[in-house]
Amino acid sequence: MSSTNTLKALMPGDVQSDPARRAMLAEIDASCRVPVLFFVVSGLMWLLLGTLLALVASIKLHNPEFLAAWEWLTFGRVRPAHLNTVIYGFASQTGIGVTLWLMCRLCRVPFPAPGLTTVAALFWNLGLTIGVVGILVGDSTAIEWLELPRYSTPILFFSYALVAVWSVITFRLRRERHLYVSQWYLLAALLWFPWLYATAQIMLLIEPVRGVVQASVNWWFAHNVLGLWFTPIGLGAIYYFIPKVVGRPIHSYYLSVLGFWSLALFYNWNGLHHLIGGPMPAWMITVSVVASVMMLIPVITVAINHHFTMVGHFGKLRHSPTLRFIVFGAMAYTLTSLQGVANSLRSYSEIVHFTHHTVAHAHLGVYGFFTMVMFGSLYYIVPRITQREWPSLALISVHFWGCALGLILYVVPLSYGGILQGLGMNDASIPFLKVVEGTLPWLRIRTGAGLLLALGHVAFVVNLGWLLCRVFGPYRKPVVELFTETGTAAVTAK
Amino acid sequence: MNYGPLLFLGILFTLASSWVGLVLMPNRQLGALTANTSTNDTGVVVVYPQPRHGEAQQGAEHYRSLGCVYCHSQQVRPEGFGSDIERGWGRRRTVSRDYLYDKPVMLGTSRTGPDLTNIGERQSSHDWHYSHLYNPQITSKGSVMPPYPFLFEKRRVPASGPSSDALKLSGEFAVEDGWEVVPRPQARQLVEYLRSLKTTVDLPEAPLPKAAAVEE
Repeated sequence: MSSTNTLKALMPGDVQSDPARRAMLAEIDASCRVPVLFFVVSGLMWLLLGTLLALVASIKLHNPEFLAAWEWLTFGRVRPAHLNTVIYGFASQTGIGVTLWLMCRLCRVPFPAPGLTTVAALFWNLGLTIGVVGILVGDSTAIEWLELPRYSTPILFFSYALVAVWSVITFRLRRERHLYVSQWYLLAALLWFPWLYATAQIMLLIEPVRGVVQASVNWWFAHNVLGLWFTPIGLGAIYYFIPKVVGRPIHSYYLSVLGFWSLALFYNWNGLHHLIGGPMPAWMITVSVVASVMMLIPVITVAINHHFTMVGHFGKLRHSPTLRFIVFGAMAYTLTSLQGVANSLRSYSEIVHFTHHTVAHAHLGVYGFFTMVMFGSLYYIVPRITQREWPSLALISVHFWGCALGLILYVVPLSYGGILQGLGMNDASIPFLKVVEGTLPWLRIRTGAGLLLALGHVAFVVNLGWLLCRVFGPYRKPVVELFTETGTAAVTAK
Repeated sequence: MNYGPLLFLGILFTLASSWVGLVLMPNRQLGALTANTSTNDTGVVVVYPQPRHGEAQQGAEHYRSLGCVYCHSQQVRPEGFGSDIERGWGRRRTVSRDYLYDKPVMLGTSRTGPDLTNIGERQSSHDWHYSHLYNPQITSKGSVMPPYPFLFEKRRVPASGPSSDALKLSGEFAVEDGWEVVPRPQARQLVEYLRSLKTTVDLPEAPLPKAAAVEE
């Protein structure tokens, strides 16, 4: 490899700043503006609703009389409504928005179908609204991660198909011959998700398979939404933004190849560790446990690659909001993945499987890792597609610390409380209600953590709304490092 | 790694492997499972499991719709793995065949509340279930299960006297004189479903422990 090629393999390519290239990037950013903003803004609206539903559900678990008179707000409906709004409303839509922008930037082509994709986004939101109302009025399928009723999901599927087709076309039209590591992950996510979703729809909702085969399809699907949809988008974004903001190449090209293919090979076999101890033939569970342990390879590889790229540059965290969120997310990815390996072992699963420990683990993954990475990405992307800088540094700080501290306060106590709960349940001499009583302090702390997260979300949405109001004002050049004198100057400039 | 087609094929083949392994293979192994026919000690032929009908089946729909599965599992782990059997949640582990006719299968992943695989055997009384659904604090003080007042109707005692299925409420849960609380059809169906939940039949792949089997 020549030295230019080596650099291309290790850095997201758009580093040069000659005027021609900058004009091309501006054209690409402009082409993404409407669809990406539409996905992002509607995603954040779902995040606010999902946060509210989460708080209601959380309070109900230590205060069962709370809002108990209304059937549509009973715990068993609010909980799946929360999951589906944050997964399909917030995380997926924000993920799609970030994917579109990254794909265009890395392929060096303006997005070919902004209008059509915006229509697709509109239908995605329509399908989801119908589905979430469906859950609240009692049409939930009660299949975890697939609760949206059958009459709403085809709308989601077809609008997704439209987005994916155009993203893959963008990839085919690429003007940059070199493929950066982020593109592998994004392309994989775009192709894996429809396969997962179609299989689950057909085999669970349209023509349900017999008996416990439903459970294996369910967990193959649900775990892969995490592993083959959110994880590759999140890792792709981390691979893009760390080198981009820090201004140095990723640690090792070969580790990035190893990390990608070992994830592709092992992650999709993980799902059935959710059924340890369940009524399934042992081989199915064993194969998933083995694959879960094999995940150590991609996790450690990616961890070395991400964290070693940061070594010596942690000072930059003070200045770049993007980097703060992204590095937090990368660390949470390492932690949640290692925790996931532990959870999949039979001896550990025997204790924590049916407890709140699993809920804490899921939030460390979907929130600590994926959501934080998405927030970080948006701090970089939104100023570029709107050509406006974030109006308030104070709100960025509230957002970061609300979410970071909220998440730590959520995960640490609830993981610990979950282990105590599991040990209690496995000791038949302790009455069940005694075990329930033991979980109450941890559940109350969780509600407090939820309030902190909600504070962070509101700060972010206010800041974004403020920024969007300024779209009608004069142009301001975005800067990478906001928490510095130049950054502050850019924000406060009249 | 700049070769698009190779990347594309790699992406497809990796997922295809687990799609075959964890989706198609389980369906091949378990998709054609049938009910078990056996003769019990008294010479009666037993076919197990049986599909649910009528009110119990309607009740399963309420169980799904109200999201009971988010706090209650329906699976008994084997002896020596957890303490499901010691807690009396079942006399034997559950196996694939127990769920033959369930749509959807609601194994559950959380035990915020106890396992319900055998709730029909553990609590067969209608009264217990109605009181418990109306307000779990009546039967299980300290429970975090929500009350389900909307499954019941509070109404004036009819001129012909109190209804036979009116809840027997006392103390802090009592209603005013001249009023009564009766289950709505949804509550009745849900309770029929809960009472139908039991895995007390011997299966070749999951025999009941000897002492219990003799009792049958």
